[in-house]
Amino acid sequence: MGYVAVKGGSKAIEASIERLKYERLKKGRIINSEDIEAGMRLLIDQIMSESSLYDEHLASIAIKQAEGSPEEAVFILRAYRSTLTRNYYSCITSTENMIVERRISASFKDIPGGQILGATHDYTHRLLDFDLAHEDPGHSQTWLESYMAKNLKEVERHPLIPMPKVKKYLYEEGLMTQYPENNTAPDDVTKESLLFPSSRSQRLQLLSRGQTGALLALGYAAIRGYGAYHPTVSELRIGQLPIFVENPLDTENMEDAYYIGDIKVTEVETLFPSSDSSHQENQTLSFETGFGLCYGQNESKAIAMSILDHCLETANPAYPTHNEEFVLMHIDPVEASGFISHLKLPHYVTFQSELDAVRKTKKEE
Amino acid sequence: MNSFPFAFFDEGSKREIRRATLKAIAIPGYQVPFASREMPIARGWGTGGLQLTLSLIGKDDVLKVIDQGSDESVNAVNIKKFICKTTNVELTEDTAKASMIQSRHRIPEMPLREDQVLILQVPIPEPLRYIEPSEMETKKLHSENEYSGAWLMLFEQIVKFGQITSGADHPVCVHHRYVMAPSPIPRFDNAKLDHSKALILFGAGREKKVYAIPPYTSVVSLAFDDLPFQVENFEGMVCRICGSSDVYMDELMDQDGKVTYQCNDTSHCYEKSQRGER
Repeated sequence: MGYVAVKGGSKAIEASIERLKYERLKKGRIINSEDIEAGMRLLIDQIMSESSLYDEHLASIAIKQAEGSPEEAVFILRAYRSTLTRNYYSCITSTENMIVERRISASFKDIPGGQILGATHDYTHRLLDFDLAHEDPGHSQTWLESYMAKNLKEVERHPLIPMPKVKKYLYEEGLMTQYPENNTAPDDVTKESLLFPSSRSQRLQLLSRGQTGALLALGYAAIRGYGAYHPTVSELRIGQLPIFVENPLDTENMEDAYYIGDIKVTEVETLFPSSDSSHQENQTLSFETGFGLCYGQNESKAIAMSILDHCLETANPAYPTHNEEFVLMHIDPVEASGFISHLKLPHYVTFQSELDAVRKTKKEE
Repeated sequence: MNSFPFAFFDEGSKREIRRATLKAIAIPGYQVPFASREMPIARGWGTGGLQLTLSLIGKDDVLKVIDQGSDESVNAVNIKKFICKTTNVELTEDTAKASMIQSRHRIPEMPLREDQVLILQVPIPEPLRYIEPSEMETKKLHSENEYSGAWLMLFEQIVKFGQITSGADHPVCVHHRYVMAPSPIPRFDNAKLDHSKALILFGAGREKKVYAIPPYTSVVSLAFDDLPFQVENFEGMVCRICGSSDVYMDELMDQDGKVTYQCNDTSHCYEKSQRGER
């Protein structure tokens, strides 16, 4: 009779948990979390981003515990995150200070500072590399050493320096409105429940910690037809962003702030042509921007986020992708997976009630 | 688990949830938003109820957790295990012994007392959600006491099927003001909400809402004068274990297709059969 026996539920659960452990270990090999940290960079990035917790080490343990399921790993880290005391908010940081590792623009061929391809799968042929099945550690080490020797000199000759934003060029020409920086403290969605209409800071946080696949699907819908857009990537940059916290004794002076480390982020700015409403008589076009930023290297997510950011800035009842409740309430990985998976719970009482209603109508026939 | 504080949350978080709860008690049936925490139990698996329980539980409390009527259902066991790990409180299956009862979709058959708190887990706290998907709009409808949608939903059922065909979660009106989702308890349990001696709290973790029915509050199931509210029909059905006949039943089939009935409230059934009231 299903899995609500009158007695014995506890024992069945214990057995199920043991079986789970068996499945993880049955092939007689143990995967070290260090190996995960070393070789699963992009999975770790995705999980840190969806968990809103920047810690490669914890992410790799979570991946091990979750047997590689991102859904499960994010769940574990989010739960852990909510037990941590939040002592500080970091200072406002500018992505202009990013130490850029990769930077491309789809808008201009030549950009000040140049295009930097960095590390990406974009230009690889997606042919399954059978050699990886038996990679030789000796070979890898030799390759690594020669690569380092060749490239370290290059790095020394071209130190990584902050680079100007591509959009500056558009500002200068007056093709895009330059808004003053909004440096008010953001509304923290993890501390206050979201009410609608939402603020932009709430929207950006929810998009940034949203589920990668969900953002991709909605962003894709928006540019395919349910939003009728084709944005251009002004700039996609990936790199290390230094993070500071205020000195509690001197909150005014940024010079005294404490440097607490770097985080790697992907940042995307996309451009959308739109009619400039400031000139009522002679309508002109200008560019509006969509903004995407997430932890680690996760380019598709950041691009999709920038599309959805712009969609939500320009509410349009014709498209669900422009409806903030539709987008923001359904992209959270933990909420979506939780409610979908709750359908596995017993529904004997509620279904009995439905049965009663359905049978009643049949009797009337 | 020793590194976690008593009842998992830090005291600040508990206080914040209790504040929302106090507001909910002060405005019966009104959904109070709260900063729902991420829990080690899945969203949709009772995190709202769990957060209420953890924010209220003290060392002397005696806790009972049931899921769809059963103390031993997988999810009830899991929630109990978690609360016990972080609080070490006494657990019970005996409804009369419990000071706090967390439940998913059932109210125990035994009438509750003033010194007990019932905490119900809620999947969709908004009774108007299936009529109006937007939270911003439903908030307006509640503030304007505009419930035509809820009435029309019932009326449409009558037009289509000749009767009200709601299953569980049949909407109620609390304290003559707010229309409220009683959580997916069967219609059979709706009457137990009215003038309940125990405080009843509702927690929706994923949807981040808390609401309440304070003791001795009027709760009326929505229905029409000429088509009164009807509960599930268990006429002529008798529990195969304890012989009860005035309770909510589980319908069971054996391999030969023979149908029997059994009390859904396992603790009621166990207790009754122990007392030999058969």
